[in-house]
Amino acid sequence: MSASAIPPLDRSARGNTDAGETVPGKLEAHLRSRRAQGRKLVVPYVTGGLGEDWLDVVRAVVAAGADAVEIGLPFSDPVMDGPTIQEASQRALEAGATPQGIVAALRSADVDVPIAVMTYYNIVARTGHRRMASELARCGVSAAILPDLPVDEAGPWAEAADEAGVETVMLAAPTTPDDRLEVICRRSRGFVYAVGLLGVTGERRELAASAVAIAARCKRATDLPVLVGVGVSNAVQAREICAVADGVVVGSALVRRLLEGAGPDGAGELVAELRAGVDEG
Amino acid sequence: MSVHDEVPATSMGRPGGDGRFGEYGGRFVPESLVPACVELADAFESAWSDPAFRARLDGLLGSYAGRPTPVTECLRLSRRLGVRVLLKREDLAHTGSHKINNVLGQALLAERMGKRRLVAETGAGQHGVASATAAALLGLECVVYMGAVDVQRQALNVFRMELLGAEVRTVRSGSRTLKDAVNDALRDWVASVETTHYCLGSVMGPHPYPYMVRQFQRVVGEEAREQCRVLLGGDDPDVVVACVGGGSNAAGTFAGFVDTRAELVGVEAAGGAALGNGLPGVVHGMRSLFLQDEAGQILEAHSISAGLDYPGIGPEHAHLAAIGRARYHAVGDSEVLDAFRLLAETEGIIPALEAAHAVAWLVRAAGSGELTPGTTVLLTMSGRGDKDVQQVKEMLG
Ligand SMILES: Cc1ncc(COP(=O)(O)O)c(C=O)c1O
Repeated sequence: MSASAIPPLDRSARGNTDAGETVPGKLEAHLRSRRAQGRKLVVPYVTGGLGEDWLDVVRAVVAAGADAVEIGLPFSDPVMDGPTIQEASQRALEAGATPQGIVAALRSADVDVPIAVMTYYNIVARTGHRRMASELARCGVSAAILPDLPVDEAGPWAEAADEAGVETVMLAAPTTPDDRLEVICRRSRGFVYAVGLLGVTGERRELAASAVAIAARCKRATDLPVLVGVGVSNAVQAREICAVADGVVVGSALVRRLLEGAGPDGAGELVAELRAGVDEG
Repeated sequence: MSVHDEVPATSMGRPGGDGRFGEYGGRFVPESLVPACVELADAFESAWSDPAFRARLDGLLGSYAGRPTPVTECLRLSRRLGVRVLLKREDLAHTGSHKINNVLGQALLAERMGKRRLVAETGAGQHGVASATAAALLGLECVVYMGAVDVQRQALNVFRMELLGAEVRTVRSGSRTLKDAVNDALRDWVASVETTHYCLGSVMGPHPYPYMVRQFQRVVGEEAREQCRVLLGGDDPDVVVACVGGGSNAAGTFAGFVDTRAELVGVEAAGGAALGNGLPGVVHGMRSLFLQDEAGQILEAHSISAGLDYPGIGPEHAHLAAIGRARYHAVGDSEVLDAFRLLAETEGIIPALEAAHAVAWLVRAAGSGELTPGTTVLLTMSGRGDKDVQQVKEMLG
């Protein structure tokens, strides 16, 4: 599929109408329309503030065919992350990166796909729900992913985010029972993040059987796009899981290359491989 | 009275349905862990109200851990300070600290849930040693995460855990102390939750841990209250004091006295004073107070005592402080070293560096007149100092 066949990003969409009924936000509308074209979705994860050229990395992955980009706002104690993203977060923090600074820098990202931030809830709680939500909206960030904020505790943040037009992506795990999965899918905006395995982020040799199972369960539970992340490490695995899922989030495989000095070009190459892998399927 | 007779209703009761103590507590964990926390909360409630479980736990606390631990009246120290000092002797419990009370409870609970592997974090090594001990006793597998800094300053406890058959994993991320050991234990649990119980060592973490660990530790306070009444002719002490890392020995102690007239005092390390200098935040599964910067990055704590080297505090303590039922003070490393020596010289008791914080506050408060002469103080001696002797020798040069 050529890039020109993809409809442009609708920048006017909002999470809530005045009537109170939910209409798709920017991220959801964008992913849905691409899915409707028969396209599988590739969402790379880039640690914000990792290297001075991290915004160039963001532009490079978009140019290589990313459908959205997830930007990690580094946190001192990232319990859902394995060694690769832990190291990237630590390096970014040591280089002086702050969540506020990264979000502000995203204003000048100038990319034509939606941006989601991924961070831990303490960053949001310390900043304040309303302030964080309006700051994200002001800087053109469409969505937020908070892996340590389960649906039962998400209320106050998610409402502030809804109000500001920021989509809160909820995560579903292999251990999530069916009734809970429904609640998660109902509360999720943008897409549903299906955690592919029991474990923290990091590259794995094989795609876990649990990835296929949770993707299938999410697909049965919701019409939202379902993206699988955690343990999707290469194009072969991405293609494999896209037989069931609508797309993938790829973090550690990309961040490892950045830690090794691959730069924007290397990041673009990996995303082009992922793109080709899922397009082929 | 045995510790199982119905205890009077206390204001340290169950948290709210969402695991809150006032505005603190809750359950902020990755989705993968939520079902396990729910299962644990249910399993604990059912075990805690099951006489057979309680009898088994009590049996082990008595015949294995050496409970009840005595209360010792410190005659020479009392003369020296001008206040009447009673020590609740958790240092005499098996493995040398109060940690065994919680760990026996959780290990029995793990067994009841069919989980044969324990993971634990440890700072001073006392919770790690206790976990390894309980695992050996019940034939469970045990992995203990310990920060690289603590592995070095508590080398003897590392060897102890290994002797007990546990695997000690050195944590090299972040500040390489207790906070980072908790992070890695949580990461392990995210991956192993179907077969593993996270044996958390203090009144912290996601619901039900702060509540459950306090219940397993309340034996300390309930015994002490009865023992004090015998010693004090039916009266309660004026002041009850304990050191606070995450806050389990203090919570267990306070639970026994919260409905008496006793003033409750928690003592933090000056370099890890979450109540003194912390801000509300959400880390390690709980909303509580944490040392952090304005962006929400967690700061490293600094203390000579590995067990108090933690930038947060259990949520129930944050609540007790907020409602004014307990107050919290911080003491510095040098006062602690003085107190460590003072207790050794005057009473023949070498305290754990953690517990020496409580002694240091006592010395300061008696000296400043904050405690009027004749005040009766019950202090929880949470552990013995054998593990710290090498470190103190090096510091005293
Ligand atoms: C002897 C002793 N006291 C106190 C503590 C601090 O823990 P808590 O505040 O949970 O009682 C520790 C922790 O390692 C300890 O070993």
